[in-house]
Amino acid sequence: MFRGLWKLTWLEIKIFLREPLGAFGSIILPVLVFVVVGRLLGGGRMPSATAAGGFVRVGLPVFVSVLIALSGVLSLVTIISIYREGGILRRLRATPLRPQTILTAHVLVKLALTLVTMALMVLAGKRYYPVHVQVPIFGFAMALLISTWSILSIGFVIASIVPTARFAQPIGAAILYPMLALCGLFVPLQSLPPALQVVARVLPLTYAVSLLQGIWKGEAWSAHLGDVAALLIVFAVCTALSAKVFRWE
Amino acid sequence: MGVSRTPRPVIQVLGIRKTYGATVAVSDVSFEVNEGEIFGLIGPNGAGKTTTMECVEGVRRPDGGAISILGLDPFRDVYQLQNRIGVQLQQAQLQKRIKVWEAVDLWASLYTKAVDGDRLLEQLGLANKRSAWFMTLSGGQKQRLFIALALINDPEVVFLDELTTGLDPQSRRAIWELVRGIRDRGKTVFMTTHLMEEAERLCDRVAIIEHGKIIDIGSPEELVRRHCPTRTVLLATDNKLAEESLRTIPSVEIVTRQDSRFTVLGQGDDFVTEVIHCLSENRIRVTDFRTVLPSLEDVFLKLTGHSIRD
Repeated sequence: MFRGLWKLTWLEIKIFLREPLGAFGSIILPVLVFVVVGRLLGGGRMPSATAAGGFVRVGLPVFVSVLIALSGVLSLVTIISIYREGGILRRLRATPLRPQTILTAHVLVKLALTLVTMALMVLAGKRYYPVHVQVPIFGFAMALLISTWSILSIGFVIASIVPTARFAQPIGAAILYPMLALCGLFVPLQSLPPALQVVARVLPLTYAVSLLQGIWKGEAWSAHLGDVAALLIVFAVCTALSAKVFRWE
Repeated sequence: MGVSRTPRPVIQVLGIRKTYGATVAVSDVSFEVNEGEIFGLIGPNGAGKTTTMECVEGVRRPDGGAISILGLDPFRDVYQLQNRIGVQLQQAQLQKRIKVWEAVDLWASLYTKAVDGDRLLEQLGLANKRSAWFMTLSGGQKQRLFIALALINDPEVVFLDELTTGLDPQSRRAIWELVRGIRDRGKTVFMTTHLMEEAERLCDRVAIIEHGKIIDIGSPEELVRRHCPTRTVLLATDNKLAEESLRTIPSVEIVTRQDSRFTVLGQGDDFVTEVIHCLSENRIRVTDFRTVLPSLEDVFLKLTGHSIRD
């Protein structure tokens, strides 16, 4: 069923790292943002009662994590549309490779990169960024994987509808980044106008942020089952949708 | 020729049809490809060659008709089929930064059986490009890599779609040699081309396709004999009696003369022999003698009323 999956995944990781700026843009840059912004805001030394202190303790790590996830999705959308336009998908499909194997390999590549970036972020944080909070790293990694997986499925729907590779990045960004404004990261959901609150509740990113923030702060998974369920529903719906509308050439 | 004594069809296509919206790409196409031959589907761009080939490969489903390849239904048994065929697609690409050996290695891992990848690269003259990125290869090298990928699973049938399009004449000749090598190893080759010279030099049998319909099928020689039976002999002589002597040959139709140069048109397999006979019997001394045979290009022009390049 998944013959060739590991080989293809490993190959795609190697190819990705050969891209000029590939590793820099998706791994080094978010970590740099994390460290630099964190230090500018004074690390964890500010009392958490102040807005900046609270943001550094919880908001910034979650924000950077979400950025990692979104850049993964955008890169997936771009790669899939380049592969489609260049006939690479067509060539791969004329082998015993199953279509779902090709797509799964790309999802695994993005999840692996997300994990590596997060690990670097934690290491950099330990060294340069004196946030002395007990963060459940393993749980946070799980939360990030679930969030990324779910948002990646939106990426497939976007990859299905973008006409050419040139439009992939801008269209993807236009769909994904506005979600950031309403996801509850910068403005608490309760202080949004009621109409926007409704919109925010439909956006999958809202649930990802809620889950990530909660786990970061040390809350129990049982308190966030709703978030996980919402993310799984998004995954199921988007996967079904992209299976219907996905074009191979 | 590599055709076996008792031709055994490995591909049978019966009345397939394929439309895209209002455009009819293929209508009522039927043909057979025999084991061990190089079979060419020839016609201009947009004639329906690639669509037909993709239906046989199982990548596309025809709207109607039936296809059997190696005893399988290409669409229903596509995964089983893909293990036994090798495919080179028109205008396909690989990842820009994939290395040659990595592509061969990945492909080898996908099939239940695979030949030695390094030996294959050596046979195709790519051994020194083993660690090169795909994007750094020349057009001819890319095509040779695609041939390597099409051969990695030791396939019974190899599909080659517009294999030499965009290549310079030298690379083209090298690729032809490779394709003959594939047939000589007992494999069946099903190819498309819009280059008549390529079809004539390479194919054991060809099917001419235009506007989604097959116009005729046969070996290049057969098609030429059937549709362009007129042969031409060009000769030069100062002998005053030459014109009269030539006109007495039964198979000769037209003799024209310009100074000492004659153009003789005639029909039939014995035409050229009869001209030579006549010249020697009448002791006519010639300073030049050439035969001009019609080509597939002429057949195509005759059958469709226009050149394939139009």
